[in-house]
Amino acid sequence: MIAVGQRLGAQRRLRFARSWSGRIGLALTVSVVAVAAFGPLFAPHAPTALVGPAYAAPTGQFPLGTDELGRDVLSRVLDGGRSVIGYALLATALAYVVGAGIGLVAGYTRSLADPALMRLMDVLLAFPPFLLLLVLTTGFGSSPAVLVLGVMSIHVPGIARIIRAATIETRGRGYVEAAAARGESRRAILLREILPNITGTVVADAAPRLTVSILLVASLNFLGLGVQPPNADWALMISENRPGMTIQPWCVAVPALLIIGLTVGVNLLADAVARARGTSIDEELVRR
Amino acid sequence: MNGEPLRAGPGPVLQVSDLRIELGNGLPVVEDVDLSLTRGRILGIVGESGSGKTTTALALLGYTRPGARLAAGSVVVGGRELTGRPEAELRQLRGTLVSYVPQDPGTALNPSMRIGVQLAEVLRAHSLSATDQEIRTALGRVLLPDDVEFARRFPHQLSGGQQQRVAIAMALVCQPSLVVMDEPTTGLDVVTQASVLAEVRRLRDQLGLAIVYVSHNLAVIAELADELAVMYAGRIVEQGPTAEVLSTPRHPYSRGLVASIPDFLERQQLRGIPGVAVGIESRPPGCAFAPRCPQRVAACEEAVPALTAIPGGRLVRCIEWQRTPPLAPVPPQPAGLQALGPAPLLEVRSLRAVHRSRVSEVVAAAGVSFSVAAGETVALVGESGSGKTTIGRCISGLHRPAAGQILLDGKVLAADASARPREARRRIQIIFQNPYDSLNPKHRVLDEIARPAQLLLGLSRTAAEGNARALLERVQLSPGIGRRFPAELSGGERQRVAIARALSAQPSLLICDEITSALDVSVQATVLEVLAQLQADLGLAVLFISHDLGVVASIAGRVLVLESGVVREHGSLDAVLGAPRHDYTRRLIGAAPRLGQPAPGGPMAAGARAADDPGPEPVR
Repeated sequence: MIAVGQRLGAQRRLRFARSWSGRIGLALTVSVVAVAAFGPLFAPHAPTALVGPAYAAPTGQFPLGTDELGRDVLSRVLDGGRSVIGYALLATALAYVVGAGIGLVAGYTRSLADPALMRLMDVLLAFPPFLLLLVLTTGFGSSPAVLVLGVMSIHVPGIARIIRAATIETRGRGYVEAAAARGESRRAILLREILPNITGTVVADAAPRLTVSILLVASLNFLGLGVQPPNADWALMISENRPGMTIQPWCVAVPALLIIGLTVGVNLLADAVARARGTSIDEELVRR
Repeated sequence: MNGEPLRAGPGPVLQVSDLRIELGNGLPVVEDVDLSLTRGRILGIVGESGSGKTTTALALLGYTRPGARLAAGSVVVGGRELTGRPEAELRQLRGTLVSYVPQDPGTALNPSMRIGVQLAEVLRAHSLSATDQEIRTALGRVLLPDDVEFARRFPHQLSGGQQQRVAIAMALVCQPSLVVMDEPTTGLDVVTQASVLAEVRRLRDQLGLAIVYVSHNLAVIAELADELAVMYAGRIVEQGPTAEVLSTPRHPYSRGLVASIPDFLERQQLRGIPGVAVGIESRPPGCAFAPRCPQRVAACEEAVPALTAIPGGRLVRCIEWQRTPPLAPVPPQPAGLQALGPAPLLEVRSLRAVHRSRVSEVVAAAGVSFSVAAGETVALVGESGSGKTTIGRCISGLHRPAAGQILLDGKVLAADASARPREARRRIQIIFQNPYDSLNPKHRVLDEIARPAQLLLGLSRTAAEGNARALLERVQLSPGIGRRFPAELSGGERQRVAIARALSAQPSLLICDEITSALDVSVQATVLEVLAQLQADLGLAVLFISHDLGVVASIAGRVLVLESGVVREHGSLDAVLGAPRHDYTRRLIGAAPRLGQPAPGGPMAAGARAADDPGPEPVR
């Protein structure tokens, strides 16, 4: 009985890799993340070192040529992915922690805290995301901390709403009522009884949210509001090297392709996982 | 397709042979099913969850659920083969040749369309004319008001019974020769159920319909069906005239099923069928019932027994059928019938409880008073909406009463569970109706059972888990279940885990809120057996909330009959059920289906019962 359950679970976990779009998504995501994570280990030069003439064409010494200041493009590409992916991941993860906290409290309490918190979220949601980010960077300056907190605050209202709705649905379940009847603390009810059972709902939109974060972080870096020169960063590289694009296209094309590969890959993967969940739910229904 | 109704010739309306339905991976859901039915007869298909009865019923329309397929066999309705036809042709035949009445009319009817429009749509889909006159005839056929005003109503403006009548009218509107009904009364109250059943009988007699009626409820089938097929693990295990199969079941599974059905007039100890029904993946090579069978022999495990003819026009799939003992009722255990002490343990004084929404207020309890003494079982009986569940929730501190007091050992309890002292929370434990949502899916069974002992008795984790293991044994579950998650358990196992979790706090009062209504009858009997045994051993007081008079009769000593939040009758079980004084109690008893009822189509006044259908619910 248990063995059967485990086998079905394993099948379900790998089912997304059965479709071509799922495989392509997985391959794209894994390769771009690998470049970002392990790239610095293989960089031939220091990312900020001036090692040659500006906008030099690819040679054996500089496989992707050099940029506007004569730095090695390959080394900067290998080094510049961590900021985009790292800040996007961090901002999304923080958004889930804060959004889940607000959603759980608002959804479980039957007091005025619920409307108060949710109206606050509505206000935040009403701001156009870029306007919010620009106001924050104008107010607090351009720094990675402001970048991460800004991107986070764009996601918080949406996540809080979903979690609140899932909490309201779950708080009427027998096991939550049983916990309330035996007098469990609110904290125990939220963290022990409710949260573990709504993670499915929460994870469902994690991939699109991550894509949005990647694009926001990249856009802000491009606009010069996030990572500052001379640090290497894919989006910043596109922005810096735009003037020489016609002479030395690699210094813009390679980072741009990596960002596109990452967002497309994450989206394909998310779709495939969602489809796999759908079919396994169908089969489960027949099994009953 | 022409517009003529497709009427069956003189032969059988339905002829199913060698039906086999498989999952995508080749595992059979249903195998070796042969059925045949003539005009004016009702065939009952009875079985518990997972028996394949609904899959079989859908196959009669040439339909299989996604993921399953009709692998072999033939389904002939009115002389036409349904298997192997393209979907477009089948769609034309569904409705005109064979039609379907689903379990829940609330989800089958489109809530945003007027019922007259929905009926017209069915007619038009089959290129039949849909005049006002046709619609009115269709409504009149199922004894609904045949005026334009009624046809303009939306489904939510109808009562549950009326909705189900509309669903039946939709199934009949193109005049099919066979109607398949899948548990059409399961969601309905007993009184409404009785009126729908009378309706089905009347349609059979007046229109000469052939009806296949699928149900898990043997008592309903007993009142309705001319012939009966009992299904277990995808196969028919016994088939024959209903009255004979139910009075002298020959297959040990049918016998177990009949023995586990409670009867409110002849109190008896219920006997569940030990074990759990096998799943599709784990069906044994031999007889699927053998692992649970008291009379199995070596040959049972070698090959699947054939469905063999036995005297009386009956078929049975058991090689040892002659050894099946006759039914013999066992008198009930005396536990729970008498109070152990004179002072009440729980006292409810003029309790008033309401459910408020922005627009309305529904009274769930209006001045309800009663008491429960230690060791006693008191039953709260009533239909859905009578307020019985809310009263239980008030006692356990989950619903704040509008007025009145709840006393435990003479001390007034706070309204909210969180405001009550630990001792009070420990002594009152509640078990919920739905075993599929009363256990946290992410907690292992052992942790779930141990938790109340940790919180309310202050035990260490190890000590609480030791207790939990002992409790698993008490509720007759194997110790290995402790490591599993609820999703790996059957409904009956889950409900026993929920009982163990309640016992973990060592309570003095157990509130059982419809604890068996989501379970199959054989499992229900096992759970009730466990509960009665526990009560005898531990001297627990039990407040047993149920709508099922038979279940109540098998366990309670005293009964309170509740209608719209008011106690209509109160007294010992025998007095209330044997000689009801209040009109409402009489109606409940009259409507409850019983195995021993006279044969269907007999002298039971069908018309009188139809009149019991309550009117439409007020428009909110």
